[in-house]
Amino acid sequence: MSPATTLLPAVAGTIAISAFGILAGLLFLGIDRKFAAHMQARIGPPIRQPFIDTMKLLRKESVVPDNAIPWLFNFAPILALASSITILLYLPIGSLMPVLGAYGDLVLIMYLLTVPALAMVAGGFASGSPYATVGAQREMVTMMAYEFPLAIAIIAIAWRLSMAGIAYPFSLATIATNPFWGVMGPLGIIGGIILLLILAWVTPAELSRVPFDSQEAETELAGGLLVEYSGRNLALFYLAQGVRTIAMAAIAVAVFLPWNISTFVAMSPALALAVDFLFFLAKVLLVVFVSVSLIRVSMARFKITQIVSVYWIWFGGLGILGLLLIVLDATFGVW
Amino acid sequence: MSDDTKKAVPYTVPIGPTHPALKEPVMFTFQMEGERILKADFAPGQAHRAIEWMGMRRNPVQIVHLTDRICGICGVSHTLSFARAVEQVMEIEVPERADYIRAIIAEFERIQSHILWAGVAAHELGYDTLLHLSWRVREFAMDVLELLTGNRVNYGIIQVGGVRRDITPDQHETIHNCLDYYSDLKAKLLQVFLEDKTIQMRCRDCGVLTHEEALKLCTVGPTARASGVKMDVRVDYPYAAYGDLEISPVLPDAYLGETRGDVYDRIVVRLLEVDQSVDLIRQCLDLIPAGDITWEAKIPKILSAFKKAHGEAIGRHEAPRGEVFHYVRMDGKEHPTTWKVKASSYSNLMSWIPMLEGEQIADIPIVVASIDPCLSCTDRVAIVRDGRRGIMTKEELTRLSVEKTRRLMR
Repeated sequence: MSPATTLLPAVAGTIAISAFGILAGLLFLGIDRKFAAHMQARIGPPIRQPFIDTMKLLRKESVVPDNAIPWLFNFAPILALASSITILLYLPIGSLMPVLGAYGDLVLIMYLLTVPALAMVAGGFASGSPYATVGAQREMVTMMAYEFPLAIAIIAIAWRLSMAGIAYPFSLATIATNPFWGVMGPLGIIGGIILLLILAWVTPAELSRVPFDSQEAETELAGGLLVEYSGRNLALFYLAQGVRTIAMAAIAVAVFLPWNISTFVAMSPALALAVDFLFFLAKVLLVVFVSVSLIRVSMARFKITQIVSVYWIWFGGLGILGLLLIVLDATFGVW
Repeated sequence: MSDDTKKAVPYTVPIGPTHPALKEPVMFTFQMEGERILKADFAPGQAHRAIEWMGMRRNPVQIVHLTDRICGICGVSHTLSFARAVEQVMEIEVPERADYIRAIIAEFERIQSHILWAGVAAHELGYDTLLHLSWRVREFAMDVLELLTGNRVNYGIIQVGGVRRDITPDQHETIHNCLDYYSDLKAKLLQVFLEDKTIQMRCRDCGVLTHEEALKLCTVGPTARASGVKMDVRVDYPYAAYGDLEISPVLPDAYLGETRGDVYDRIVVRLLEVDQSVDLIRQCLDLIPAGDITWEAKIPKILSAFKKAHGEAIGRHEAPRGEVFHYVRMDGKEHPTTWKVKASSYSNLMSWIPMLEGEQIADIPIVVASIDPCLSCTDRVAIVRDGRRGIMTKEELTRLSVEKTRRLMR
């Protein structure tokens, strides 16, 4: 194969996925706001509000504080958006296999997930504001807290697939085409549901939403990490937030809800692509509704110390229980 | 400076004068170690509006409406205590019916104020759903206040010597509907606020004010009662219709069996007081006698009575935030010689220091909100001379007050 034949689809795919990620991200942010508003007995802003906000922010001046480190301060939002889009390149969208699926797997995605958060930490420290510094410290602590249950959930699934004799268990293409629910007995299914719950509860922390939004905590830190950001830089962070929402939901969909309509109903390839894509969006909507909107309207914000104990003790313990059930299931086979 | 001392130096986090955690301006300075507060300090005086100064150039009929505007939430509390002070100077006997109407309005105000506070507290915890839902149920009390007084916020119902509007029999049905609504809501409110796991995690044993500190710092109102101090101006020093009503101070151990003096206890006290107010209004509606609603309806007659008034008096009222205190001195002129307002938050502000020290940054918003501070009511003085702001020492203040007393005695 010549470089052109491999490079061209990758470049075209990247552009398409970037456009999809940004547009769908903003759309889902708007839908989330509408959901939350209705649950709080409000009317809420129109669904296109995030688009309006972004357009407005892009036209506004980007203020760099005097005691900030300008290059890092301006670079962090770009890094956050770019790394968020990169995650999407490794994830299947509907029946469309990942653009860069051949070059990375779930473990890489787990690393990539930390990059937007680290970009925000760097931006926060570079802001030179006490609020942003406290926010950056909290973001790091939160990351350390949720990585543990997240890792348990992801590793357990891949390990179970490999025990079922499936090659390349960490590859997203494998996970998406071999729903792990199919290879497990009742014990494993209970374990799988526990791990699904854990992923649903890690998502709000990954996206800094209530109750795990102590790094931005409006009433405590006035926006924390993002307090000094404005204009174009803030718009980039906002876009990154949307893309990360899609990415986290797409991971949950790829690992736990990988089914496509076209595998059950015969249809022409073009139609299958469109139907599966719509079905994918519906699954993303479900995940966003449960783990973003529903959780954030039904709880108060945790303190940073409570976030750590919630993730390490409660979700860590639950994750090990889920893992144990899956191990038992693999050892004793299907009952 | 060696590395060791550098690490030991706490860093400073300023919160205020404007900050999302604060609903009104006040300047906090925190010495932090990591997330823990080592030392807390605050500087009020950012919202001084010179209302007393304006008042001393007006007659009490005008001041009554100025007092409505001291606070945006407890409109009737300042009016009531000011009117009571003036009535005592002038030795006016307020008609009994007016006393009952005053108590009814004051209790409706407590209902809306406490529910408003509960929503704000939920917002400070990041629980916006409760904010929106509690503010929605607050609307009924606001609607009834509007029905009774004509206004939602600055009621303008109290006049020196009585009230300006009567409660007509056809309004009773709406009032009873509203009271039934809040009675039915009591269990729901207690459940969503007190049984929520995250609220318990955030508020239990957070911002503790011990019984001794509450007494030593002279706290008032729900802040004091949540620390187990059994005090309530309505009970200790009955006025308006309260002497005729069955009432006792609400303490958290009545509901929980113990008093810890934390933020959670302050939520308990305020939510139970909503129910207490409902009960008090019902009693008032049962007992309200027929008769006049004012001692003198003609304003010129009231004004000429001011010119005969000599003496000083204090008016006290249990506002939703605690005791509010007005001192008035009249020397046979239309306008008072001295008028001094002490809002309830003034007594409660110092309790922030023991509550905040040792807590985390995350606790600041809810602890600050837990005394339900009303800073525009509180701020009496802002000294700006030649464009510079200064702080007066205790000695200077003593000297100034001695000078002023001498001037008054001349």
